[in-house]
Amino acid sequence: MSSTPSFDSPRGGDTAAVPVLSVRELRVEFPTRHGTLVALDSVSFDIAPGEVLGVVGESGAGKSMTGNAVIQLLEPPGHIAGGEVHLGAKRIDNLDEDAFVPLRGRHIGMIFQDPLTSLNPLFSVGEQLIETIRTHLPLNHKQARERALELLREVGIPAPENRLDAYPHQFSGGMRQRVVIALALAAEPELVIADEPTTALDVSVQAQILALLKRLCAERGTAVMLVTHDMGVIAETADRVAVMYAGRLIEIGPVEAVIRDPQHPYTRGLMASIPGIETSRERLYQIEGSMPRLAAIPAGCAFNPRCPHAVERCRSERPELLPAGTSRAACWLHDPTDPVIPVSEEVAADGH
Amino acid sequence: MLAFLIQRVLQAIFVMVVVALIAFSLFHYVGDPVLNMVGQEATEADRAALRARLGLDQPLPIQFFQFIANAAQFEFGISYRSARPVTDMIVERLPATLELAIISAIFAVVMGIVLGIYTALNRGSWLSNFIMTASLIGVSLPTFLIGVLLIYLFAVELGWLPAFGRGQTVPVGDWWTTGLLTTSGLRSLILPAITLGLFQLTLIMRLVRAEMLEVLRADYIKFARARGLSKRVVNLRHALKNTLIPVITIIGLQLGTIIAFAIITETVFQWPGVGALFITAVRFVDIPVMAAYLMMIALVFVVINLIVDLLYYAVDPRLRVQGGAK
Amino acid sequence: MSDSQRVVTPLPKPSKLRAFLDSDIVYSWKRQPVVILATLVTLVMFAAALLAPWIAPQNPFDPRQLDLIDAFTPPLTTSDFTGNFYLLGSDSQGRDVFSAILYGSRISLLVGFAAVLFALVLGTSLGLLAGFRGGWRDALIMRIADVQLTFPSILMALLIFGVVRGFLPRSMHAEVAIIVLIVAIGLSDWVQYARAVRGATLVEKGKEYVQAARVIGLPARNILFQHILPNVMRPVLVIGTIGLALAIIAEATLSFLGVGMPATQPSLGTLIRVGQDYMFSGEWWILLFPGLALLMLALSVNLLGDWLRDVLNPKLR
Repeated sequence: MSSTPSFDSPRGGDTAAVPVLSVRELRVEFPTRHGTLVALDSVSFDIAPGEVLGVVGESGAGKSMTGNAVIQLLEPPGHIAGGEVHLGAKRIDNLDEDAFVPLRGRHIGMIFQDPLTSLNPLFSVGEQLIETIRTHLPLNHKQARERALELLREVGIPAPENRLDAYPHQFSGGMRQRVVIALALAAEPELVIADEPTTALDVSVQAQILALLKRLCAERGTAVMLVTHDMGVIAETADRVAVMYAGRLIEIGPVEAVIRDPQHPYTRGLMASIPGIETSRERLYQIEGSMPRLAAIPAGCAFNPRCPHAVERCRSERPELLPAGTSRAACWLHDPTDPVIPVSEEVAADGH
Repeated sequence: MLAFLIQRVLQAIFVMVVVALIAFSLFHYVGDPVLNMVGQEATEADRAALRARLGLDQPLPIQFFQFIANAAQFEFGISYRSARPVTDMIVERLPATLELAIISAIFAVVMGIVLGIYTALNRGSWLSNFIMTASLIGVSLPTFLIGVLLIYLFAVELGWLPAFGRGQTVPVGDWWTTGLLTTSGLRSLILPAITLGLFQLTLIMRLVRAEMLEVLRADYIKFARARGLSKRVVNLRHALKNTLIPVITIIGLQLGTIIAFAIITETVFQWPGVGALFITAVRFVDIPVMAAYLMMIALVFVVINLIVDLLYYAVDPRLRVQGGAK
Repeated sequence: MSDSQRVVTPLPKPSKLRAFLDSDIVYSWKRQPVVILATLVTLVMFAAALLAPWIAPQNPFDPRQLDLIDAFTPPLTTSDFTGNFYLLGSDSQGRDVFSAILYGSRISLLVGFAAVLFALVLGTSLGLLAGFRGGWRDALIMRIADVQLTFPSILMALLIFGVVRGFLPRSMHAEVAIIVLIVAIGLSDWVQYARAVRGATLVEKGKEYVQAARVIGLPARNILFQHILPNVMRPVLVIGTIGLALAIIAEATLSFLGVGMPATQPSLGTLIRVGQDYMFSGEWWILLFPGLALLMLALSVNLLGDWLRDVLNPKLR
């Protein structure tokens, strides 16, 4: 790879395509009574048109924060404190609220975790769909209603003409999430940010909703940023995957590569701790310790206190994303000029 | 729906019966009504005659039934103090109280909601902070003190507005007199209406603000923003509707409070309403007037409670559908 | 929100005083100048009321100490007749307004505290009874509470005041006015405590340690006083703080309406009622100074109560 790092290597390095979303060195801060917390630190990634990028990590790793920062719905006092976000060719991180409003729904859609609370209980599903459609598209009420019916049909709501005037509480959780998807896709945005879209649903419904989301986005060529803590969801749905740890992106690459051959010690531990993906292990692996609090992130690599391979350099110098196989990983193990010699696999696996 | 309605009406009747029992007990156990009416000098025979005429020689349950029957026809006997029928005394003073209460209520609700929304949406701006601080004074101060200070400032020192009374009134229909159609009547209304409404205004404002801040944090508001709805639509269509529904209940109940608090304002401004009548009755232990006032206020509260319940039911689809399914 | 900010918990401190000074209460107190001011005003007014007999130039309740000839002396004036100095002027009886305010605040605070204590004890007892025993006692108490809650407490106080007065011979009215006031305000305000305590009792009752205590066979009284009562005191104290401001206001209102303290033993409310008559004839000080005193007292106690409620129990907001 060249010296200027290129982050967009969807499906094996097709650098010609302009990414839908390009995030560079994104930094999000939360000023608090006890000092400023850095919730996101130098996060960089791209999403190509039609691509599904999975974002994984433990809770608190910054995955939802990344989605909220991109669509500028951070909870105050959180704010973007550095870096750039580009939507297509347009820089969007520096837009003020009034300039950003037209982008939401029209260019970037969003789906939240809990379908039970995402819909306003006092407005019928039809009212919420029609107001969204009419906000973005030049349709009259009747045309918007037709479109709303069509959307409900597409997301698999049976007998939509009877359900359009129903209120959210009259739908089941799975049905509500279908409505939420219809709302997010109503204006055909180029990018959808799905923040744990199936976490709050019954296991039996989760797969259906994921399949639906994937199919609808594929049909429209919509790119998806799929935020989840569930590697199973990623394995099924995503093209590429980004792994986050303590507000930093530590590994990004094609989904098979990251799962089969993780490059960062944390990702390796993460994969080893998931039953059924790594086949050969009898006993589930557990990473020692826990993710640091945002107020106490160690110097150097954030993972160094838990890392079996950590050396002096890891404690003082923070690694960039470095090419590692078909992926990129933020670990000095992959520094071509001064590679850290890994501790042998057996020792690492036993948690030394 | 029907079950809900019946339950609420039964509850209302229960409250009314309890209040009637209290009012009835007042008649019976607080002082001797006959003694109160004829004084010490009357002969034993006079007293017995009056006792019989008032039905006080009947067994208690029959007297209670008679009391309720009379009350249902707005018949509360004769005032101990002025020896006039209590109902007449109340009816001639009712328009003054109702006009004052209604104008105050409109003032309090409209200003309360508008200021509540403003301070919620512009949290931290200097004007919001100023309004919030001022509202603290509004909830902390006794109504009568606000009234007295307003009189001192606007009537005594500045001489802009009348200090007391209802101004000129004109008759409307058979028994209603209004001060709303004359300049002096309207001018006289300003200070009492502000005094009476200020407490409710600050209460409604703080309530609307707190509720709205709560709603603005809700997921569906975030999702509404994520759908690309404009700030205006999100705030004034989605957030406002969700804010106002729980607020309706409290606002409704506060309106009942306005009529009760009119007692104080009427005393401060010498407003010729039923509240001032009640205070005089308490001071002189004029039981029939107290009982009648109590029943009237109870009726107002119970009716307002009922209306609020029904309104709540009408605006919240969640209740509506669950109720319909029952 | 899974990725929200983390709150840094402060490290445990060695001494209790250090811990208190480092607590959220003190932190929030120090950060709000308005609350600091309210605290100071409250303390000064409490002290002035408590020390009234020692700092007031005269005893305004003692007619022998009043000089009618000094009536309507303006503020900051020394009387030409008696040589007495009147800081805040004198009223129609030659009563020193400053002394009247000191003694009046004393009565206002006495009635306020006594009424809150009365309501607190009554409400807490009934709430414990309703919550702990349940059954018909619970139903009866809570029904009465519901009916009473339908009406504003000032109306209840007026009514109770009227009824109690009806029972007593007219000659006793002035003497027992203060007790009647305390009972009337206390009785009008017990519901809040009862409801909060009942709720808290039900919660505590369901907890395992109470279940365990019952299984061991501890007598109900022990469970009630050793386990449940301490746990329900926090909401009670919060309500009580706000209740004090409300009781002071209620007393002032009743006295102003002429159904509270008599003119011979004036509280702040009585002083304002009397002063209102002189507003138009130019003797503004008779009204204005007691009015300002009540304003400061009500406002600062209310501010303190509000602040304490927010600090102790953010959910009650």
